[in-house]
Amino acid sequence: MNQPAKAHPQEEAVQDGHYNLRLYVAGQTSKSITALANLKTICEEHLAGRYRIEVIDLLQQPQLAAGDQILAVPTLVRRLPEPLKKIIGNLSDKERVLVGLDLRPDGAP
Amino acid sequence: MNVEKIPQAEDSAQTLAKARTGIAGLDEVTFGGLPAGRPTLICGGAGCGKTVVAATFLVNGAVMFDEPGVFMSFEESSADLIRNLASLGYDLAALVKQKKIAMDFVRVERSEIEESGEYDLEGLFVRLGYAIKSVGAKRVVLDTLEVLFAGLGDTQILRSELRRLFAWLKDQNVSAIITAEQGTGALTRYGLEEYVSDCVLFLDNRVENQITTRRLRVVKYRGSVHGTNEYPFLIDAEGITVLPVTSAGLAHTASDVVISTGVPGLNQMLGVGGFFCGTSVLVTGTAGTGKTSLAAHFVDSVCARGERCLYFAFEESPAQIIRNMRSIGLDLQPRIDAGLLKFEAARPSLFGLEMHLARMYREIEGFAPAAAVLDPISALRGESGDVHSMLLRVIDLLKRRGTTAFLTNLLAPQGMDHADAGVSSLMDTWISLVQLETNGERNRGIYVLKSRGMNHSNQIREYQLTSQGVKLLDAYLGNAGVLTGSARVSQEAADAASVIRHAQETERRRREIQRKRDSLERRISELRASLESEEEEARKALEYDQELERRMQAERQAMAVLRGGPAQ
Repeated sequence: MNQPAKAHPQEEAVQDGHYNLRLYVAGQTSKSITALANLKTICEEHLAGRYRIEVIDLLQQPQLAAGDQILAVPTLVRRLPEPLKKIIGNLSDKERVLVGLDLRPDGAP
Repeated sequence: MNVEKIPQAEDSAQTLAKARTGIAGLDEVTFGGLPAGRPTLICGGAGCGKTVVAATFLVNGAVMFDEPGVFMSFEESSADLIRNLASLGYDLAALVKQKKIAMDFVRVERSEIEESGEYDLEGLFVRLGYAIKSVGAKRVVLDTLEVLFAGLGDTQILRSELRRLFAWLKDQNVSAIITAEQGTGALTRYGLEEYVSDCVLFLDNRVENQITTRRLRVVKYRGSVHGTNEYPFLIDAEGITVLPVTSAGLAHTASDVVISTGVPGLNQMLGVGGFFCGTSVLVTGTAGTGKTSLAAHFVDSVCARGERCLYFAFEESPAQIIRNMRSIGLDLQPRIDAGLLKFEAARPSLFGLEMHLARMYREIEGFAPAAAVLDPISALRGESGDVHSMLLRVIDLLKRRGTTAFLTNLLAPQGMDHADAGVSSLMDTWISLVQLETNGERNRGIYVLKSRGMNHSNQIREYQLTSQGVKLLDAYLGNAGVLTGSARVSQEAADAASVIRHAQETERRRREIQRKRDSLERRISELRASLESEEEEARKALEYDQELERRMQAERQAMAVLRGGPAQ
């Protein structure tokens, strides 16, 4: 599991505004590589220092797919903060990712 | 249909491997089951039983054919499914525990999912593949894939992924069932039939006359023959039963074995001493003619031979029938206790015809009786055509199994105009019970209207329901027609009197003639006597004349001698 970890260690949900993200992929496909790259960019831009990304390769851990109701890959799951959010796709549409992660305040252009 | 030539059923069983569903009837309709290692589409409207058929395929596979399965549900959670299917007697939880079935609930919620860029459904493949591997599944159910269309926005991706999924399922060599909702003007709402082309089943749930009937149709089945009709099917506490309609045609064999009717007099009326085994017998009569009593006799005689008998009662409860039959000296309770007789009682209005048919079908298959009684068929309600086709199917099933069918039919008092539900022509033996109303009393008459293959009596015999059972009385063979009851008794007395009178008359004539003869003979002897005396007299006179002549001659000679003349 890659952990481009920032300052905050393991404890989840300790601080308000901390983002716990999981990216589900199936093997090192171009889609999954693109997705991870896109995700990192977005996080650095908007969540620098308060996010954690966990990449799960379903080909290696298929048993984890059911838990988060993964169907499509790549799927980004926002485990924290609540509520749970899912974004599917290679995350190339940045606007939609921001909306999905609730990083864009409502009504913003 | 893309089938170039229709192969024989046996051939197709060899060329195309099939996964048996274990659903009574469906395996017959499909000549062996669903295509093994290929996907099958089951489509139909809401509540038509898609999930149940699919689940049954899975459970039967796990329990009966040692083929584990995966149930991937997109609509119901696993817990809900387990609860719902428990009502059919399926213990999915136990099967999951035994690693015979794996369940996975795929929840797709549009509101929770944001789409951004390209994706594929590899996650679904991974989950399915993981589930298949975890139990070594040979069967897979996807119920209902179409939820994906509602949950995911990009139908183009979805369609190409579904195409890939079906190819992948074939690669996995699992027999899969995919369920889909019926669309308007199409088999499925999202055209899934494009992808699943091997076998398509269509389920239907129609309401006619406030009674619901489920029907199943094999829309196509590539590489295999299959029944093409709509087959009614039934879902109840014992699972699913599909009813193949007269699939065997008229191929039943004819038996020469004769079985007793249970009534000695009736045996006599049927030239061969009873019914042929495996034929259909119809007993018609107005109310109170003793149809059930006759049926009870038949049942009792079947059980007495140690054979099983199934009694479908549509108007009376078993307890009632047993009590009533005791009054004519038949106790059926011991037969039930011995497991030879089984009653199936249900009000005809309780279910639709198809449901009745399904119930009967299953009972007959399960109990395997030597004879079955339907009492009475006139109680079955519905369009006359439907009743006819239902009875046709029951009769066919019984014939195919070599089961003797005994049907009773209540006639309206006017007679037998419409009331035989059109089945009389299907019957091998038709016995009619009639009420004969004369001289202020009713008496019962029985006659054999027809009985194929035997030289039966053409008489109307009177019978009585006595405490020793149904008893046929000897036919009254007078020239005044059939007489019954007290008229018959008085006519018999009159007959006896007239016989005596006749005998006396004869005797009188005989004596008269004797007397005449005597007197005549007396006269003859008198005449003869007088003739004799006359003859005697004549003879004496003749002798006298001769003597006289002789004497005269002698005197003349003597005279001549005396004159000295020469002697003459």
